Amino acid sequence: MQWETVIGLEVHVQLATHSKIFSGASTAFGAEPNSQACAVDLGLPGVLPVLNEQAVAMAVQFGLAVHADIAEVSVFDRKNYFYPDLPKGYQTSQMYHPIVGPGEVEITLDDDTTHRIRIHHAHLEEDAGKSLHEDFHGMTGIDLNRAGTPLLEIVSEPDMRSAKEAAAYLKAIHSIVTYLGISDGNMAEGSMRCDVNVSVRPKGQEAFGTRAEIKNVNSFRFVERAIAFEVERQIELIEDGGKVVQETRLFDPERDETRSMRTKEEANDYRYFPCPDLLPVVLDQAYLDHLRSQLPELPAEKRERFQQALGLSAYDASVLSASRDMAEYFEEVHRVCGDAKQAANWVQGELSGALNRENLSIANSPVTAGQLGELVQRVLDDTINGKAAKEVFQGLWHGEGTSADAIIEAKGLKQVTDTGAIEAMIDQVIADSPAQVAQYCDAEPEKRGKMIGYFVGQVMKASRGTANPQQVNGLLKEKLDALL
Amino acid sequence: MHDKTLTQIANALGSGELSSRELTEHYLQRIQQSGAILNSFISVTADQALEQADAADQARAKGTAGLLTGMPLALKDIFCTQGIKTSCGSRMLDNFNAPYDATVVEKLKTAGTVTLGKTNMDEFAMGSSNESSYYGPVKNPWDLTAVPGGSSGGSAAAVAAGLTPAALGTDTGGSIRQPAAFCGITGLKPTYGRVSRYGIIAYASSLDQAGPMARSAEDCAHLLNAMAGHDGRDSTSVARGVPDYTETLNSPLSGLKIGLPKEYFGEGLDPEVEKAVREAVSVFESLGATVRDVSLPHTHYAIPAYYVIAPAEASSNLSRFDGVRFGHRCDNPSDLIDLYKRSRAEGFGDEVQRRILIGTHTLSEGFFDAYYTKAQKVRRLIRQDFLDAFEDVDVLMGPASPTPAFDLGAKKDPVSMYLQDIYTIAVNLAGIPGISVPAGFVDRRPVGLQILGTHFAEAQLLNVAHQFQQTTDWHLQRPDFAEESA
Amino acid sequence: MALEDSHVRRAAHLARIAVSDDQASGFVEDLSRILDMVDQLQGVDTDGVAPLAHPLDATQRLRADEVTETNQRDTFQRCAPAVENGLYLVPRVVE
Repeated sequence: MQWETVIGLEVHVQLATHSKIFSGASTAFGAEPNSQACAVDLGLPGVLPVLNEQAVAMAVQFGLAVHADIAEVSVFDRKNYFYPDLPKGYQTSQMYHPIVGPGEVEITLDDDTTHRIRIHHAHLEEDAGKSLHEDFHGMTGIDLNRAGTPLLEIVSEPDMRSAKEAAAYLKAIHSIVTYLGISDGNMAEGSMRCDVNVSVRPKGQEAFGTRAEIKNVNSFRFVERAIAFEVERQIELIEDGGKVVQETRLFDPERDETRSMRTKEEANDYRYFPCPDLLPVVLDQAYLDHLRSQLPELPAEKRERFQQALGLSAYDASVLSASRDMAEYFEEVHRVCGDAKQAANWVQGELSGALNRENLSIANSPVTAGQLGELVQRVLDDTINGKAAKEVFQGLWHGEGTSADAIIEAKGLKQVTDTGAIEAMIDQVIADSPAQVAQYCDAEPEKRGKMIGYFVGQVMKASRGTANPQQVNGLLKEKLDALL
Repeated sequence: MHDKTLTQIANALGSGELSSRELTEHYLQRIQQSGAILNSFISVTADQALEQADAADQARAKGTAGLLTGMPLALKDIFCTQGIKTSCGSRMLDNFNAPYDATVVEKLKTAGTVTLGKTNMDEFAMGSSNESSYYGPVKNPWDLTAVPGGSSGGSAAAVAAGLTPAALGTDTGGSIRQPAAFCGITGLKPTYGRVSRYGIIAYASSLDQAGPMARSAEDCAHLLNAMAGHDGRDSTSVARGVPDYTETLNSPLSGLKIGLPKEYFGEGLDPEVEKAVREAVSVFESLGATVRDVSLPHTHYAIPAYYVIAPAEASSNLSRFDGVRFGHRCDNPSDLIDLYKRSRAEGFGDEVQRRILIGTHTLSEGFFDAYYTKAQKVRRLIRQDFLDAFEDVDVLMGPASPTPAFDLGAKKDPVSMYLQDIYTIAVNLAGIPGISVPAGFVDRRPVGLQILGTHFAEAQLLNVAHQFQQTTDWHLQRPDFAEESA
Repeated sequence: MALEDSHVRRAAHLARIAVSDDQASGFVEDLSRILDMVDQLQGVDTDGVAPLAHPLDATQRLRADEVTETNQRDTFQRCAPAVENGLYLVPRVVE
């Protein structure tokens, strides 16, 4: 039987506010345990929440970026359950009236196809603390520093049909939130976390199959692997006559499998009701218009512009617009050198290769966009040839000079374009290579083109790589053909 | 000196006739002598009180004193007080020294008041008789076999017995007004949002409101001046100017339109109480007010709506008492669930457990709409009843409670206890202010007249109550207990 | 809506309160009476009436995004039943 996979994602994005969603405690990562948990975060008796305006603004910015309806009135509800990392015994969230309504995100796959993934809604809520399971005499330690960090939970429709689409969607969300600057998007530190809902159904069937929810899939790679495993598990189960049960599963990256979370033995009953300590959040049109006017150019718009205005391929445009850092770097290189295709080639080729080898992000590149732009400019204006350019790039990478020009100068890489000097070198090479000249002359005319390579090599060698190869080629051909 | 009202004491402090230290020592001594009989205090903070009194006297000598500087007060044990046990009447918090002051406590400290101690209360403010306290019931100073009312029963009894000039209470369904009525004192529940809730241990967040309990409306006006105002730490606190509540106390009442809700004079009302209340109303007529009957048609549904909404909020508010970060923790928990279940079963008394269970049940799947959503719709109708009535009249009057204080142990069945709050509970659902003033006696047990106004009409309520107290002396009468223990 | 023993036990479990068999039957009795009283609500016509969550029709005020709290861990943990290395301790939680 042919199976179709149906995937929906719930992405939790930690918003990059300074203080928590309902208190004035810091949200900085990595502090001493419980040193950033104030009375409100600890849920001490009598304390009350007050909403952070920046958390609201960031949620709205996201909503505007995905063309969503922003709720004029949104309401915080309490989700009631007991867990040690949840100090109040309830999580303040938005169940019935979320701040961001339906929207959509466009994703591009490797084959250049684009798909629209609908967003069901996005809501604000508070993060929980952390349980530390190292040994405290058989006890678990609770750190509540993270408790109360603002989260935007972005819930998609079940619109994805493959692990690749799910990963592309997650990347698209990542690039939107980092473009907006509303999250650092750091998945390793948990700034972005993902729950995946997966089900399978026979191809052509309209009704959805029973889904499993895979919790805490925390990298782009894991999303693909977890889905791949889960799809195979479900198909095998059904083909063997079994039934998928609706349950929560945990992805284990070490074993590359998902497994049932048996501790949640009972169905939860969260008893949502409106939080009486918080009032309805009311946003007016002027506020939304103001935030809309502040939105940066977003990845989809950039991608479109890179293709239409700069003439890049869909693939190049998509890679270069994927992250705000990458796009800004590319645009600076382009601004300095003036040639979009060359800029794109250098950023995706030499630069990305070097960054990958040393596992660096573009933000930490030792070569600045300005330096690279100047380097490309020197290639374009024939100051250096391609081979020398790679040498200059290495020089910049290793800090051998502060600019391309300085390295060209120091290493004497400036291209020789003086015809007289090149002719002198050519004459010398011809004089030194009587056998090769003879072969050239005896050869069929159509084979001579290839044979000229030897002489070019010798001349370039004589010039220590600085001669202009096109010029050398032309002059050599003239001189050799004159000997025929 | 304990015969004096807060206003009289303030004058004596201002003129130098009395020092705060003398005053504080006097009240501390009275608490020590009679406190055990009434059981109105959970904690007495004598050392801190004397320090505060000395500081107040110094401030007065320096000329930096305000009206309340050096004034002794008692706080219901629901207000968080930094470094001082804040038990909320519960075993759960018997070991809890709050790490901060409630906003109201901060404000009163800034005004220079002296905290004598923390008063007894129904556990987590859930009760109408003060019998649900972990620290045992409080006795009514007018009759030691009677309850003082609840949940602010300790505060009411302490004021009535002259153990403190005034006290703070909180009112979620009548918890200031009903004990004020039972103990023959004046108690004001302000408009929801008028006084900050920050640092007050929550029972039902959309209903809770703190207010003053004292000998007279004038005393309450002085206290409310210090308590009211916007607080950035409480989202439900209202950003609206605070008038000087004493300024309008003497406004004449001629032309005042009084409404008597017919539902407040129906079945279940003790005829003697009704008589006292009607006589009180006639006093207002003699002061130039006009009286008419009005209707609050949904009155009957206030208790049912309240017993969905309040326990629902409480069930969630009280989840933080889990034995992890503060409060009672059971011995040797075998696992996490055991830790939660035993700590909470041991820490909470019966009435609190009942309300948590009711609230949990009514919020749970399959019941939520029938109970919670329905109750919230009825809540809107109840509020609308009041808003409609206030289109026609300035204030509403009626009894604060259907009977005078009942005997200790008389109400065994929870529902019969709940029905006690029939006249007070709708006020919290609507969020309007209400005041109870002494208006007579039935068999030496006080009767309270309740006066209700529209949102933010505290100044008017205090004016109306004060004018009543200029004409009557019910509020000046003291129980024999207060005299005997002098 | 009649209240059954299973409702009370479920509520007690959700609310994490240990209830003995004796207590459970007492609670069934008390809670049934309370719910009977509450059931009067079903007699009110609330068609077209919006639920009211707050007595005032106020809206949420927003706080500036500023860090105003300092580390008070030691003070806060003084009232905690079990702490070690700044962490609150609970019986081992199994994931």
